Formats: sequence, C-alpha cells, structure tokens
Amino acid sequence: MNSVFLISDNVITSLGFTTRENAAKMREKCSGVMLSEDSFISPIPFYASLVNTPLLEEAFGSLNAQAEYTRLEKMLITSISEALRSANVDPSSDTTLFIISTAKGNIDLLEERLKGRFPKERLKAAVMAKVVSSFFKNPNPPLVVSNACISGSVSLLLGKRLLEGGRYKNIVVAGGDVISEFTVSGFQSFKAIGSGPCRPYDEARDGISLGEGAATVILSVVPGPKGAIALKGGAVTNDANHISGPSRTGEGLFLAINGALNDASLAPEEIDYISGHGTATNYNDEMESKAIHSARLEQVPMNSLKGYIGHTLGAAGIAESVMATYSMKHDILFATAGFSKMGVTQPVNVLSDNLEKKVKKVLKTAAGFGGCNAALIFEKQ
Amino acid sequence: MSSKGYIQSYSIIKNNRVVLNGEEFFAGGAEDDFATFIRALYKKLEITHSSFYKMDDMCKLGLLATELVLKDAAIREKYSDTEIGVVLSNSSSSLETDTAYYETVKDRNNYFPSPAVFVYTLPNIVIGEICIRNKIKGENTFFIFEEYNPEFMTDYVNNLFVSGKLKSCVTGWVEYYEGHYEAFVYLAEATQGDNRCIHSAEQVRKIYSF
Repeated sequence: MNSVFLISDNVITSLGFTTRENAAKMREKCSGVMLSEDSFISPIPFYASLVNTPLLEEAFGSLNAQAEYTRLEKMLITSISEALRSANVDPSSDTTLFIISTAKGNIDLLEERLKGRFPKERLKAAVMAKVVSSFFKNPNPPLVVSNACISGSVSLLLGKRLLEGGRYKNIVVAGGDVISEFTVSGFQSFKAIGSGPCRPYDEARDGISLGEGAATVILSVVPGPKGAIALKGGAVTNDANHISGPSRTGEGLFLAINGALNDASLAPEEIDYISGHGTATNYNDEMESKAIHSARLEQVPMNSLKGYIGHTLGAAGIAESVMATYSMKHDILFATAGFSKMGVTQPVNVLSDNLEKKVKKVLKTAAGFGGCNAALIFEKQ
Repeated sequence: MSSKGYIQSYSIIKNNRVVLNGEEFFAGGAEDDFATFIRALYKKLEITHSSFYKMDDMCKLGLLATELVLKDAAIREKYSDTEIGVVLSNSSSSLETDTAYYETVKDRNNYFPSPAVFVYTLPNIVIGEICIRNKIKGENTFFIFEEYNPEFMTDYVNNLFVSGKLKSCVTGWVEYYEGHYEAFVYLAEATQGDNRCIHSAEQVRKIYSF
C-alpha cells in the first residue's frame, strides 16, 4: 500500500483566510463565534462564526475571476487557490482529481434574496463542484460527498483510497458550507443552537454554534519533506439507531475509531492526541466521550475547535484535520474554547489550556445526522 | 476492469412500476401520485415499519427499493453488522425536501420551521433510514453526480470488498426531484454464492438498461 501525504492546506473561517491566521487566533484563545444580528439570516439574533464578506470579496477578487460565483464557490475557490499556491501540483493535469465535500451546497440560492441571480442548476452540488474544478481547468469530473457533518472526513478518506488505486497523483479535497437562513432556522427549530458561543464537553453546554467556512487539503502520493503528515487510515460507520440523534452508547463512533486504528495498524495506546467532534450538544459530547472510553483513549489529550470556528458542517472534517496537522507540525495543542468544567459522565482528557507537546499519531473523530460516524488517523513521518 | 464482486439482487422503481431482478413485482395505477403509489407498494411488501409514514418521499423510495433487494437475501444471517454497507448516489441531493422546508421559513409573517421536515434536508438521511431498518452499521457514503456513474460506484464498492472493509453492500441511485423519481438499488456481495451476475459497470448498465 502506498502512503498518502497531506502536502498543502488552507482554512477559511471567521478567524482568517489561511491556516496560519486561524492557528494564531487559536493560540491566543480568540474565538470567532459572535452574536449575529443579520436579519436576512434570522429574525432573532444568534451566535455563529461567519466569514467576513468584504475580506472574502477582496481575497476572491485578487484571483481575477471572469464569471459570477456564489458565496460558497468563492470560499472554495479562494481556499483551493491558497492551498495550491504552496504546492507543486498542476490542477489542470488529468492525474489531479477534485473532491468536494458539502452538506448543503449552494442552498442560499433557494432563498428569496438570491432568487434568479444564478441558474437554478447551481443548486445541484455536482454542478457547483464542476464550476469550482473548472475554475482550475481540471479535466476530470469532480466527486461530491454529501454525508452531513462527516462529509469532510469521508472525503479525505476517499482521497486516500483513490490515490492508493494508482490512477491519480494528487487529489484536491475541499469542503465548505454557507451559513444562511435555511441552516440557521433549521438548527433553531431543533433547539440545537447554544445560547452563547458553544462550550464543548462543558457542564454548561447547551448547543452548537454554526460556523461558515471552507477548507482544503492537497493529498499526494509523493512523500513530503521530513515532518510531513501522512493520512494512515480511517473508517466510516452508522449507528443504525436514530436519524437525528446520536447513539446513547457511542457504539457507532467506537466502531469507527476501532476500524480506523485497524486500518492504520495501530494500537489505541499509540494515539497521542484526539481532535474531537465536540459540537457542544448534550447528546453528541456524551456519546463521543463514551466512544472514547470504549476505545480506551480517555487519557489521551483531546480538544474540540468548535468554540473557535463553530461547526463548519461540510468543511468541518477538513478544517479540523488541517488544524490537527498544524498541531503536529508545531508541537502545540489548542485549548478547547468554552470548556472549563467536565460535563460528560465518563470523563475524557479535554484540554482547557494550550499544551506544548510533540504528537506523532493523531485521531480525528466526527459524527453526523443520519447516524453516521467517521474516524481518521494521521501520522507524522 | 476485472470484477471483484457479484450482484445478488436488484430493484428498479420508476413510472409507478417496480421491477425486482428483471421481473415486474408491482405496478401502480399510471395516474397515481407518488404518495398513493408508494403506499400501495409498502402494503404489497407486507412490512410493518411505523416510521415509514414520517419519512420524506426520497427516503420512502430508497427504503422500499432496499426492502425489495434484501427481502430474500438473509444478510443478517450471513454477515455481521459492520460487514454490510450502504453507498448511494443521486443528482438532486435532498432538494425536493429542501424546497418544501424553505417554504416554511421564507415568509416572516408565516414562519414555522419544522424540525420534522428539516431533518430530511440531507441526502444521507435515506442511508440512515435504511441502516435503522436493516441494522446495518458498516461503511456508508452518499455521492452526488450529475447523472448515475456506474463506473465510479462499482469500482468504489468493489474496492471496499477487496480491502476487506465490507462483505456486502446496498448500492445504487435514489433520485427524487420535482415529481420525477427513480430508484435503482442492488445488493452487491464480495463472494459468489448463488449470485446472479458479476458486479461491473457493464453489467449494471445491462440490468439497468440505460
């Protein structure tokens, strides 16, 4: 089996337009989750992490695009461009493939204020993905994964498997979602949005903060320089329990963690950091801590980054994996913003402060609507 | 491309007709709306699954297409929970229900977002429903293509067999948008039992005949 390496990346969120900018803010424990009073999005104010529109227009404007693009397409194209900038990868080669991860695609085009601005077919995720890959003159039809909140993690695993198949040399894995009236009203109807910035694993947690953004990883079969990060394995499972609530036992996520460890040929005691899903809903964090216990990983330092950037939906698995690889390269594990007092019944080792630590083998967890779970393993070479 | 799996059984549901393994299983009235047709198919299958009535149309379609291919397959006896997967695809994601959901919030004077509708605004919910009904816990992924892509889908599932991730998989196409619906779902297996045919894009094109 070939190894697959993460050779370049980018994260765009409320905290910044590069991985480094996001990391600098996280290091300072600076959260991008704010109270939004955008009445186009919601009749009542809500907490969320939103991408700054003038900065997005400026960053996208510098790419000299010749056509009209939606907000999501702008975020994805800007993120991919930034990741390509520092990688020796030809996006127009037929040995390069694009994988796009999204939960809702251009869903804001359904909304009244954008009606008629774009052809209706742009609501279709495969059409949107082709608009993005065509910007980079890629000749291959892009793949689109839409698996709720684990889409990003599934896309990375898909990229690894396709590279191992030998047909491609590089795969651009990009994910994103916009935060719009559609998404906010839906999560409000579920009473799932927290009364303040989200507080993963904390006793006082009361719901998620939605996050807007895009993130990109370029996967390659060419070994990176010393210190490069490899994607070693992963697994995807289903709870077969409930479509909108996580399993009470954590069995599904445990099966994913176990599957990922097997896929990477690792034992649990070799994992030295967990980048958690940590949405800060009562049920998710409880389920996740049970799964981590079942996997005998409760002593391993872990965090959730959603207190900084919110739940970035289709970008989440990619954005949080990128930040985990930043931690691996720079020996810094970020504090879990919003966490102060253990609020899950089976305690796990949640980082309440930054921790300087060399980590080599990392687990990333994710779970989503539809009962889906995913786990990925990264290893520093 | 050499094959690495076998097609055990397949179903096609479109134009109010249901085909199971190449033979007509059920035909609804040509003028029946989808709700009438799918309810009649549910009754014909003689199953009891109370959450069926809560589902959106795409989930009902995918669930019954799966019910057909699994009803005589005895997968629960042959495989463990995680040896069975579900890998589906379509073109329109959950846009039918997305549009219906948006109708409940677009007018601020008549604003009643419904969690019962919102939960169906993701394409992979149909996979969740299939997993609950059939106690499937293995690999599950939803792909979106402009049109059905048997080359990618068969390759992807066969690779899951070769790498030992799965031993059987419910896979295919479940599309529902603007009144047009079409399901083509089949059970693929890694080992040849009394399987009907080889799992390749060529065979899929033959049995789905498009």
